[in-house]
Amino acid sequence: MEDLIDDFLAETRDMLQALAGAIVAWEADPDDRERLDEIFRFVHTVKGNCGFFDLPRLKQLSHAAEDVLADLRAGRRTPDSALVSAVLGIIDRIGELVLALETGEALASEDDEQLIAALSEEASQAAPDVAAVAPAERREGERRTAVRSIRLSVDLLDHMMSGVSDAVLARNELSRRLRDMPRDVAVEAAFERMSGCIAEIRDAITRTRMQRIDSLFSALPRMVRDLSTELGKQVLLDLDGGDVELDREMLEMIRDPLTHIIRNAIDHGLEPPADRAAAGKAPAGRLAVAARQSGNQILIEICDDGRGIDGAALVRKALALGLIDTARAENLTPAQRVDLIFSAGLSTAGAVTAISGRGVGMDVVRANVERIGGLIDVESRPGLGVRLSIRVPLTLTIISALTVSAGGQVFAIPRSAIDEILRASGDSVRMEGVGDANLATVRGRRMPLVTLSGLLGLPADTESEARKLVLLKPAGGDLYALAVDAVHDHEELVVKPASPLVMAAGVYAGTTLADDGRPVLVLDPGGIAKAAQLHFEAAEAERLRPEAVVDAVAETPMLLFRTLDGGARAVPVPLVERIEDVAVEAVRFSAGMLRVALGERIVPLAGCAAPPDAAKLRILRLTDGVAELAYAFAEVIDIRALSLNLSPASAPGEVAGVALVDGRQVELLDVHWLFATFAQAGGDDRPTCALPTGDPWIDNMLRPLIESLGYAIVSAGDDVVADIAIEASGESDPDRAAAVVRLRNDPQPAGEGDDSIYRYDRAALLSALHAARRRAHG
Amino acid sequence: MADLLLIVRIAGRRVALPASQVEGVVELDGLTPAPGAAPHVAGLSSLRSRVLTVVDAAAALDAGQNGAHDLTHAIVVPSGGHPYVLLVDDVEDVVEASAAPVQITAPLGTGWNRVALGMIDAGDDLLLFVDPHALIAGPAAVHV
Repeated sequence: MEDLIDDFLAETRDMLQALAGAIVAWEADPDDRERLDEIFRFVHTVKGNCGFFDLPRLKQLSHAAEDVLADLRAGRRTPDSALVSAVLGIIDRIGELVLALETGEALASEDDEQLIAALSEEASQAAPDVAAVAPAERREGERRTAVRSIRLSVDLLDHMMSGVSDAVLARNELSRRLRDMPRDVAVEAAFERMSGCIAEIRDAITRTRMQRIDSLFSALPRMVRDLSTELGKQVLLDLDGGDVELDREMLEMIRDPLTHIIRNAIDHGLEPPADRAAAGKAPAGRLAVAARQSGNQILIEICDDGRGIDGAALVRKALALGLIDTARAENLTPAQRVDLIFSAGLSTAGAVTAISGRGVGMDVVRANVERIGGLIDVESRPGLGVRLSIRVPLTLTIISALTVSAGGQVFAIPRSAIDEILRASGDSVRMEGVGDANLATVRGRRMPLVTLSGLLGLPADTESEARKLVLLKPAGGDLYALAVDAVHDHEELVVKPASPLVMAAGVYAGTTLADDGRPVLVLDPGGIAKAAQLHFEAAEAERLRPEAVVDAVAETPMLLFRTLDGGARAVPVPLVERIEDVAVEAVRFSAGMLRVALGERIVPLAGCAAPPDAAKLRILRLTDGVAELAYAFAEVIDIRALSLNLSPASAPGEVAGVALVDGRQVELLDVHWLFATFAQAGGDDRPTCALPTGDPWIDNMLRPLIESLGYAIVSAGDDVVADIAIEASGESDPDRAAAVVRLRNDPQPAGEGDDSIYRYDRAALLSALHAARRRAHG
Repeated sequence: MADLLLIVRIAGRRVALPASQVEGVVELDGLTPAPGAAPHVAGLSSLRSRVLTVVDAAAALDAGQNGAHDLTHAIVVPSGGHPYVLLVDDVEDVVEASAAPVQITAPLGTGWNRVALGMIDAGDDLLLFVDPHALIAGPAAVHV
């Protein structure tokens, strides 16, 4: 806490210094809107921060000043010299208080009220005498010296960084010279030591610029707790991605926006518990803050499950404030309406509170984010919540990258986008050209292939077979293969923005310096995909024009497999939930058909007429989204995207038809028939389970569980003979069912001969049910 | 104090650049091509751990570009927050401007219209006064 206060004081002092010019300018011209906004933001920030700390005097002063400035901004009051002086008096007092806090001195508080009173309209009319609020004499007391950290300007860090980089370059130069000279062990040892030192310094300075976002997140739980207590709301905070590293400067720049957004979310977004209950939501609101590195950006998302942003209310406000005209208001899309929240001076809060609600937050937030080249997006679902995402560029950060070369030149690729690296000549890779477009098939998966040297117009100096393939998955894009001449090394690189002239190429994310001091371009996987995709579309259009649209039939990925009797069959991949090996004991001919027990479920089994002889059975788990079906098979042949030219089967059955794939006959499974036959039959022929009646625990807890296992429930006591009977306690009646499972309420067995199962021992219960069933079917 | 002018030779012509915009004159050590970048960009180079975008001044004028870049005369000009260097044929001198630039009356060659701010009296000669930022922006800036 001490550290945070120190930070706050230092920050406020810095802001005051920066504001000095604005104050003077505003005094000279009170109608200067820009200056007014600047001063307003200052007091707003101070107010927000000291709400977080326990600094009532600062809070009172800044709140009062903010009220007046908000009136000025909204045009409810006009600035006159008395009012300007009164505001300046407050700002001076804030400065004195900050100084007093830093030096640990006390500052008399009696004239705070006087300063605040001077702000009121009556005061400015009645007492134009400004002498009363003339700034008090500034005290330059001795500042507290016991601080454990110092504040450095990022410029200085940059300077240090560039100095160290120079040292590295000089070291490399020296190393080259040393190699040309006769060996001298003493000199070499000294050189090695120097190299080590430089590497260490470089490391340390690099780290000074990077900070885990944790340092930002760690303050959030307390802030959220305090806010929710103050507002009488319940908030569950969910933080994720604290290990994402951000450039220190970026971190500082997003601190305030993030704080504002979270305040807004709790204050306006999340409803009080009663309202939430009325809306059918859990009483505690959820607030999720997540950070992740996404390609060459850091993405920070803040989601709440509150009431959402009222777009119509925003439009009304904007109209009332004259920010938009009626014609424009009518043409706004819902997304544009919500975007109005970023307009200056707009807020949907009905009441002004100490937390937020003056509409300052969001315009300041956007300004701050955009200042660092970031983007902010808001997405609101009325009644369901708001998702705000902040994207800040990765440039200036250190990324882990792979260096590759193409056309004799070295490039770097951010590792975050790299899925896999393969030899182009490898067994699992096939490359084929379709017109101008190239495709790579890696283990049955087909993807666009981009040759880096070709894309960049560099001479290709390697045979295509000798190339390496880097499979890239850009953030939000699809996987593609990038062919490069050689793959070199993984390196940690400091990425700097490239000039617009270079960025115009659209395929670069920035530049960096290699160890030998030469510049290296960092590739942007998303940009390459874009550049190449255009190329593909053009090629595709070219190819399709003469030959009509025959080839344009949609291809479906098909799983080709060998059945137990050796035939080749195919099934659409999306229907396959997964492939699983099951013990053959799990397969039983029960209740009229083959079934397989999969975990807690019993699933109809197709693909074989009787349980096979082998110990293990391989099954495809097929699903239509509701019902599930297992299909026994021998092995997977391939996964291929196919547009099958199907010859229909002569009669309805497991197979819909047959097609040629690579000169082989492949039968396509009629999945519809399979589900219609097996899954349906499974419903009709459910085994029965007798349950005691009248016990709420049985009705509400046990019954759904048993039903989910595929049993039909009958009431015990009927004369129905069930496959399995479950008895909660007491006497048994074994005649009624083939198998009986006894439950008890006590976790401990009653005695030696007690074979009952504790009723919450789910695993034992399930296995007992399976065992009972096997006994029942002998 | 009179403004200082840097007298350089671009595409065979002697021109004056405002010295206040120039950070220094250096000799570049190596050039990394930047394929796909604007056509007048010769590539990238590094200077004291900074990555510089190297602009071929003659190419920026559409005055032709020979494959080999002469890296001996490079003028460092920060522009729009990024460091650039202009490759010129020769760097001659720094002189004081004796008067403010004047309107151009004679027609100029291809590309020069775009970058010339006027004529300026530099010592004994009347030279074309060239805006280095317009040179950096290059031909594309006009087409857009």
